Amino acid sequence: MRALASVFAIMILGCSLASAQNGGVSSGYPTPRGNFTVSQQRGHGLYLRYCVGCHGVYGDGNGDHAPFIDPKPRDFVTATFKCRSTPTGTLPTDADLIHVLKTGVEASGMPSWLPLSDQNREDLVAYIKTFSPRWQSEKAGDPIKVPAEPPVTKESITHGAELYQKMECWKCHGQQGRGDGPSAPTLTDSKDQPIRPYNFADGGNDARFKCGDSNQDLYKIFMTGVDGTPMPSFADVIQPNDAWDLVHYLRTLQVHRKSQENKIVHETGGKSPSAAFGTEKAPGSGN
Amino acid sequence: MRLSPAGNLGGERISLQSSLPKSFLFVTLWLLTFLLSGSQLSHAIPPFARKYGLPCSACHEAWPKLNSFGQQFKDEGYQLMNDRDAPIWQNPSYWPIAMRITPHWHYESAGHTAVTSVPGDPTSPSIEKTINTSGFDLSGIDILTAGTLAKNISFLLVPSIDPGDGTVGFESANVRFDNIANSPWLNFKFGKFELDVPLSEKRMMTLSNVGGEYQLYHFVPFGDDINDFSFGENQLGVELMGHSKDDHTRYALSMLSSTNGTPGLVGGRTYDGYIHLSQGFMVGSLGLQRVGAFGLVGFRPTYFETAADGNATPLPGTGIGNRSFYRAGAYGSLYIGKFDLTGVYQHSSDNVYLGNATAANGTLPDGARGPQWNTGTFEAHYTHSPKLFFLGRYEVVRMTQQSLADTPGDTGNADVFTVGYRYYPFMHSRAGLAWHQEFATGRFRKTSDSGQDQRNNSYFMGLDFAF
Repeated sequence: MRALASVFAIMILGCSLASAQNGGVSSGYPTPRGNFTVSQQRGHGLYLRYCVGCHGVYGDGNGDHAPFIDPKPRDFVTATFKCRSTPTGTLPTDADLIHVLKTGVEASGMPSWLPLSDQNREDLVAYIKTFSPRWQSEKAGDPIKVPAEPPVTKESITHGAELYQKMECWKCHGQQGRGDGPSAPTLTDSKDQPIRPYNFADGGNDARFKCGDSNQDLYKIFMTGVDGTPMPSFADVIQPNDAWDLVHYLRTLQVHRKSQENKIVHETGGKSPSAAFGTEKAPGSGN
Repeated sequence: MRLSPAGNLGGERISLQSSLPKSFLFVTLWLLTFLLSGSQLSHAIPPFARKYGLPCSACHEAWPKLNSFGQQFKDEGYQLMNDRDAPIWQNPSYWPIAMRITPHWHYESAGHTAVTSVPGDPTSPSIEKTINTSGFDLSGIDILTAGTLAKNISFLLVPSIDPGDGTVGFESANVRFDNIANSPWLNFKFGKFELDVPLSEKRMMTLSNVGGEYQLYHFVPFGDDINDFSFGENQLGVELMGHSKDDHTRYALSMLSSTNGTPGLVGGRTYDGYIHLSQGFMVGSLGLQRVGAFGLVGFRPTYFETAADGNATPLPGTGIGNRSFYRAGAYGSLYIGKFDLTGVYQHSSDNVYLGNATAANGTLPDGARGPQWNTGTFEAHYTHSPKLFFLGRYEVVRMTQQSLADTPGDTGNADVFTVGYRYYPFMHSRAGLAWHQEFATGRFRKTSDSGQDQRNNSYFMGLDFAF
């Protein structure tokens, strides 16, 4: 019986030592400050479980795995976020950050965290916001208004194709939307890391955009810009109806996706959107 | 491996005192001191973590147990469903391989073991005594290779090396076509794989001899020596599996060769069928709860065609006289913050010929019946953090019908209790190391040669690592 007691004593000793090692500095992770809310405390635990490998213990995007990731993980200290519903340069809403946690970020290492609970995502957002002092001094921007989407027509797609040329989207994204425009090799993000323009053409029927998969998401992307990247906001230079036309044209660049836009392209008899709408050879495209 | 109460060794009394060496305490303390004093060590990269840059804890409550994110990752065919899933994205030096082994010290006590009264003298009378053994040991080495061959085509290959004789077996070898027609509801797997069971034995958190197998999957009634089926063994066959986008609704249908996963067409020509349905649902801040039901119907041959070689040697693969068996159960997994509890109920039934190890063209003994039994498994975990994990499990097996009418009704009834914890000194994206301590005790009714209850005890401590 004494030996049995010894066995349990050793197990209790072992897990007590493990428990003592498990928290605080000795775990290799900083302990959250005492003035954290309950939600932030929970978020801290979730962050260590799911996020720390890429975004790092200090939220600066320097996790263990960051050197192997392209594009680099988000730096929460600068509070510059790609996917927002708010104007460029402003902080995103909590709903924006939760949306990213749900959907992930296409063409990056950020996966969808859909299996987490809503509470988990809210706690993570609460903790992520502790990394930057901006959240103390600034409020999140007001979400832009997304007007009702007009019907998809041949005319709207054609007009979108013209805007694609006029606004020189092709310089980065290429004439076929393959992310191979003449400026593409020179692009860098806000941390001077090389960055590739989004490739619309790859991907199958489930092809997504950087920050979502709906037409509304795409509308938001070029009306708010993708902060931290060379993709600017076009909110000041394009009217909502024009923006929708551009959305309809960009959908046709997703050539493997079944969409109303591509259906119209095929009905028009075009083998490719640029051929169908006469934009195959833009002056100065270099392609 | 197959755990039969009839083959278990045990004793009524928990008797550790006679065999624990004094060095045991020193070894334990030295290991604990070493382990807990330095905790940021390894730089090897397991394949999935290396591919996606996620720490072990992203997919595992505590490895190897999956959390809901890891389960979805597995269900998607080891894909995060972004554009980085195809291997073409990987550096050419990337090799999707990891190894896992567990050097450990363990103590085993097996009561009422039949031995010769004079060691070395087979003619001496048989007696029963408690056998105690202990020492340093190794687990088998699992070589885990898994990943994607292309977008939506995944694979798993697990050669496993026996630490004793060095023989290699293939625990898993399968290819899976994922998200057929862009639907998560259609995934087709072909090869050798673990069934989609409520509690994965390949990912179980207990490692000792007594606690390292689920009675739920391995229990065999007294006298039932033909039916080799075990949920715990990986099976050969095909699986159609599907799930909702959020992985809350899941189904799996499998058709399996009736060989319990043994390659070489060693059994008959029949197939087993398996179905598993489950539904998860979020409950506020508690997390994902899940309920489900499962069932398997199978056949096993009771005799074989025999060669005309003078010895009537059974010809592998020619099994005939097939008789049926089934397993059916339901379960629920409850999560309350860091605490989770899974309860599984299973009813099992074997045909009378299987239960009495009798060829279907032979004569059954008087009073022969098909054995039936119920199993209850209750497994609880407390995940203090991704680095410290506590576990407890109670398994109960109750015979409801013995294979022979005159066999005492409680023969073979089992109660197994396991408790332990795992400590992960670091939680990085490169490798995994766990300090594991566990104690398990099992009591099996009237299973010794003299009809006494048998009690087995295991104590296990070791370093479980994968890289």
